[in-house]
Amino acid sequence: MSFLDYAPAPESRSVVTIESSYGLFIDGEFGPGKATFKTINPADEQTLAEVALAGSEDVDRAVAAARRAFPAWSGLPGAERAKYLFRIARIIQERSRELAVLESLDNGKPIKESRDVDLPLVAAHFFYYAGWADKLEYAGFGPAPRPLGVAGQVIPWNFPLLMLAWKIAPALATGNTVVLKPAETTPLSALFFADVCRQAELPAGVVNIVTGAGDTGRYLVEHPDVNKVAFTGSTDVGRQIARAVAGTGKRLTLELGGKAANIVFDDAAIDQAVEGIVNGIFFNQGHVCCAGSRLLVQESIAEELLDSLKRRMATLRVGDPLDKNTDVGAINSAAQLARITELTEAGDAEGAERWSPPCELPGQGFWFAPTIFTGVTQAHRIAREEIFGPVLSVLTFRTPAEAIEKANNTPYGLSAGIWSEKGSRILAVADKLRAGVVWANTFNKFDPTSPFGGFKESGYGREGGRHGLEAYLV
Amino acid sequence: MHGLPGVDKVGVEARAAALSTRSIKTTSKAAAIDLAIRMVDLTTLEGADTTGKVRALAAKALRPDPADPSCPPVAAVCVYPAMVPAVAEVLRGSGVHLASVATAFPSGQAPLEVKLADTRDAVAAGADEIDMVISRGAFLSGDYRHVYDEIVAVKEACGPAHLKVILETGELGTYDNVRRASWLAMWAGADFIKTSTGKVPVAATLPVTLVMLEAVRDFRAQTGRQVGVKPAGGIRTTKDAIKYLVTVAETAGDDWLSPDWFRFGASSLLNDLLMQRTKLTTGHYAGPDYFTLD
Repeated sequence: MSFLDYAPAPESRSVVTIESSYGLFIDGEFGPGKATFKTINPADEQTLAEVALAGSEDVDRAVAAARRAFPAWSGLPGAERAKYLFRIARIIQERSRELAVLESLDNGKPIKESRDVDLPLVAAHFFYYAGWADKLEYAGFGPAPRPLGVAGQVIPWNFPLLMLAWKIAPALATGNTVVLKPAETTPLSALFFADVCRQAELPAGVVNIVTGAGDTGRYLVEHPDVNKVAFTGSTDVGRQIARAVAGTGKRLTLELGGKAANIVFDDAAIDQAVEGIVNGIFFNQGHVCCAGSRLLVQESIAEELLDSLKRRMATLRVGDPLDKNTDVGAINSAAQLARITELTEAGDAEGAERWSPPCELPGQGFWFAPTIFTGVTQAHRIAREEIFGPVLSVLTFRTPAEAIEKANNTPYGLSAGIWSEKGSRILAVADKLRAGVVWANTFNKFDPTSPFGGFKESGYGREGGRHGLEAYLV
Repeated sequence: MHGLPGVDKVGVEARAAALSTRSIKTTSKAAAIDLAIRMVDLTTLEGADTTGKVRALAAKALRPDPADPSCPPVAAVCVYPAMVPAVAEVLRGSGVHLASVATAFPSGQAPLEVKLADTRDAVAAGADEIDMVISRGAFLSGDYRHVYDEIVAVKEACGPAHLKVILETGELGTYDNVRRASWLAMWAGADFIKTSTGKVPVAATLPVTLVMLEAVRDFRAQTGRQVGVKPAGGIRTTKDAIKYLVTVAETAGDDWLSPDWFRFGASSLLNDLLMQRTKLTTGHYAGPDYFTLD
């Protein structure tokens, strides 16, 4: 590609200081846990830092700190709580370059996404819920809504800081205190956030960060003094949590997997639909619960659309997440790479046709080339199971009725996309899709004012918008 | 014409904005600047143009940076038909093309015979590229046949000269119209499709150019014939020019990254390219007085 063998344009890694080791953030202080684990950069497998592993006593201490902080925090006038949230939002904006680099290092996502998508949305979430803090009586949940108490929150590795914002901002705005467990492969931005809380002089114990793996999450979710559990992650873990919480009186919201249909009708704006398909499945390496992982394309334009899609995919730049021109970064972990590999091999075995553009993958780290499977049927595993990687399954349909039927024929129901230049068709189809979010002529668009959540196995409860307050109020 | 796929305004503008975030540095930037210089149609289209003025411009086209012989010449000089003889004298044998606007530029509101005579005169005087305008009035009233026939007639009048068809996208109002006009011009025989005259408030924009690049790409895929693209008006900085080159490369592809297939209609752009070029080679900026004003 001539001059478009773009010379490297790396964002400087030195803008952020990464400590060699991090403790647990409990009661406003960093302290040791019962053991430690390492977090690595998935792009080169080098260790970034050693992080404390929270045992059950550590989780006890964190929940106790949150409980102690609760009366004073929930007793503050909403306008006072809002001041802290506004302050946090501003500090995040000021330190967004540090946070973007840190997020890309720990997660593997391209810097252009952490810089242009994750960080602006994180700040926007805190700004948005800061605005609600003194208006809760007018939010439609009764004249005097009250916070629940201590919220135990467990978040995934695909959008580490953004998921933290989705969880913490509404919890704090409504007067709850928080114990949050980030994913074990991506703890660093949450620990950085702990420092932001200190910088904002947030009272000790209002936010506590406990790092660790599945056991730490279980201690938190099963802790008797937690009033509310919020989880984003896999449907399997969601089921375990629902079982653990059943009968305890804890409130629960779950945001789980998805297998979204992205439906392209023959009257779509093809070039923009191609962009939407690419954004739908290759954004964040496809590590997106609402990713448009099933492309349903009207048979009459399938060939033309796939030609365009393949040509477009050939321009995707896979590589160093810190390079400003990288479009697709590293797969977050060896385990996730193994899962993607396993499912795509099942796609081959079941007779679907695999295609990837020619692209050279780095020797170190975890990588998977952008991939599409054509000739996929509803019976294939790659059409039913969430791959959570840069892999698109392409199916065709003949009529709108068939498109709707196929789109809904999944145990999930988190999101869907419709591509058509015909407004009446968009409205008619959107009405019949059983998905929490339906995007029309766009995909993967997020906004703090818009509620987000799923149908069926994609979970329950809503995050974002006015609806997102409800999960944290009685 | 109405069977062409639609263009989603939000989507195409988002794509153009995304392409604008590409970070082109060091060696890539140097290559891009030299390529952009070689793609410039150095233009003056003023009522006040004189032979003296256009001769100076032609001299600049040949040697844009007198201080640096390694600096390549531009693609062409673009003037009104009356100025063609003066420019032809300077450019003769140089390889730099001589473009002339014709067909009652910029409005196109003249009888066909006048437009054809305008075209023939310019070619006879030495122009080897003709930049014609389409009848936007006819296009907007839905009389595509009229627009098509005019382009066919002008193409014939051009003889061996290359025909660039100016769509005046700022007057077409929608991206759908830009796509339709692009295909119409290509079907009628255009060698290049060009965005603007530079004489209406909205000239070239990146999303419009993106839509036109998609059109030439799809047209070649369908017919096998390659057509060039020329954004004109409003492109003044190296940064802008690089955004266009990125868009060319990632939309139409490598085949269009040459002065034969992509041009910038510009005047002040050239000095900014020269200034950035000097900065890259010497490591520091020279003041504007170190570059010629013509």
